Amino acid sequence: MSAFIQLEGVTKRFGDNVVLDRIDLAVEEHQVVCLIGASGSGKSTLLRCVNLLERVDEGRIFFDGKELTNGKVDVNALRRNIGIVFQAYNLFPHMTVLQNVTLAPRKVLGHGRRKAEDRARELLHRIGLEEKAEEYPDRLSGGQQQRVAIARALAMDPKLMLLDEITSALDPQLVSEVLNLVRSLTEEFGMTMIIATHEMSFAREVADRVCFLDAGVILEEGPPEQIFSAPRAARTQEFLGRVLAAGRM
Amino acid sequence: MHRFLEAFFSPHAFRQVFPDVWNGFQTNIRMMVLAELLVLAFALAIAVIRGLPGRGAWPLRALAVVYTDAFRGTPLILVAYMLALGLPGLGIHGISNRSPFVYGVAALTLVYTAYVTEVYRAGIESVHGSQRMAARSLGLSYGQALRYVVLPQAVRRVVPPLLNDFVGLQKDTAIISVAGVTEATVQAQNFGSSYFNYTGYVVAGVLFIFLTIPLARFTDHLVRERELRERALAG
Repeated sequence: MSAFIQLEGVTKRFGDNVVLDRIDLAVEEHQVVCLIGASGSGKSTLLRCVNLLERVDEGRIFFDGKELTNGKVDVNALRRNIGIVFQAYNLFPHMTVLQNVTLAPRKVLGHGRRKAEDRARELLHRIGLEEKAEEYPDRLSGGQQQRVAIARALAMDPKLMLLDEITSALDPQLVSEVLNLVRSLTEEFGMTMIIATHEMSFAREVADRVCFLDAGVILEEGPPEQIFSAPRAARTQEFLGRVLAAGRM
Repeated sequence: MHRFLEAFFSPHAFRQVFPDVWNGFQTNIRMMVLAELLVLAFALAIAVIRGLPGRGAWPLRALAVVYTDAFRGTPLILVAYMLALGLPGLGIHGISNRSPFVYGVAALTLVYTAYVTEVYRAGIESVHGSQRMAARSLGLSYGQALRYVVLPQAVRRVVPPLLNDFVGLQKDTAIISVAGVTEATVQAQNFGSSYFNYTGYVVAGVLFIFLTIPLARFTDHLVRERELRERALAG
């Protein structure tokens, strides 16, 4: 019996560059797993492989009991169940906040306008941006845009959320509003999440398990207390030492 | 000097020739509107075809490339001659018995679709890949991502260069005179060769200018508006 989401020997290359090297990872339902590691260690690529935005070269991925990597899976149907939020928000600039949030429910799930908008307003209310529903994204701060991007993903009622360094592009004073929202997702909904992040204290707080990636390999994996307080691998110690020195923990 | 004014700016000739040139000019406008609508639709379709992913779509992509290369490179006057003189002789039902007007619009459409395809394509490519990725990640299909996310942004960006091409198209309706369409240039020419007076050409020229000026100003306005908007966002 495989886990809710399970990666077996997942390998991804860009040309000669091996970005992911035989990754094994299992995440159970309602678990939060944080991926940490330097830029370029493969965190983002790993997330993109999970919802098939990147094609896996070798290895297998199972989601909710079904294999995703055998070429038979309906990728559009799969992606309905896996939400992803990007570092650069990637809101649709030609649509209002409300249209951003309702596009996929209307076009993919076939919800009527009323139903989709009611649900979207409910989500916007939850993220405290109900009054911005008719605004265009470029009128919002980075933190607000990122919260809308989270609401847009949530509008599809995903079973799994992938967060790809969602606070890396934000001004420091805007980071907490986004992290608070993510925190509430774990606490109130028990949302299953895989989070690539540079926010170590946040990872320590919300993660059930932390994976340290280095050069496309999960070098060390364990509960956050162990990883952050007593890292075993020399590379993990070195990485966390640098993070500490930079005042990011 | 007097002879020059008399040949090109004769009030008397103006009164005589204006009704005919104006009449012909309405044909120019009809060709222009029809061709522009067809160009907008066909060019969009071909631009989309050129961007289709996957190995299976390569014959379509290749066809689209051959088409744009061929018709961007061929002078409009040649295409007009080929259609207007060549097609009637072929005796194909439904194609060979059309009016010169239809052949003219077809020639304009064939040539300008090739230009405008490239304009659309530049617009589609200018939309960052992360937009498409975000759309696909929400479960939208390739076609839905294109239709709801990529194309609306692409089309907005290409409106100024597209209108610029349409200014060219409007003027080039005059070339369609060679296909035997009685438009403004032909009317001016008829008058000129009967009376050795060329006021008709000036009238036609001024009409063309009046037609393109609003479009040119509108294009300027759009460009300026975008600049202001982008500056406001950067600040």
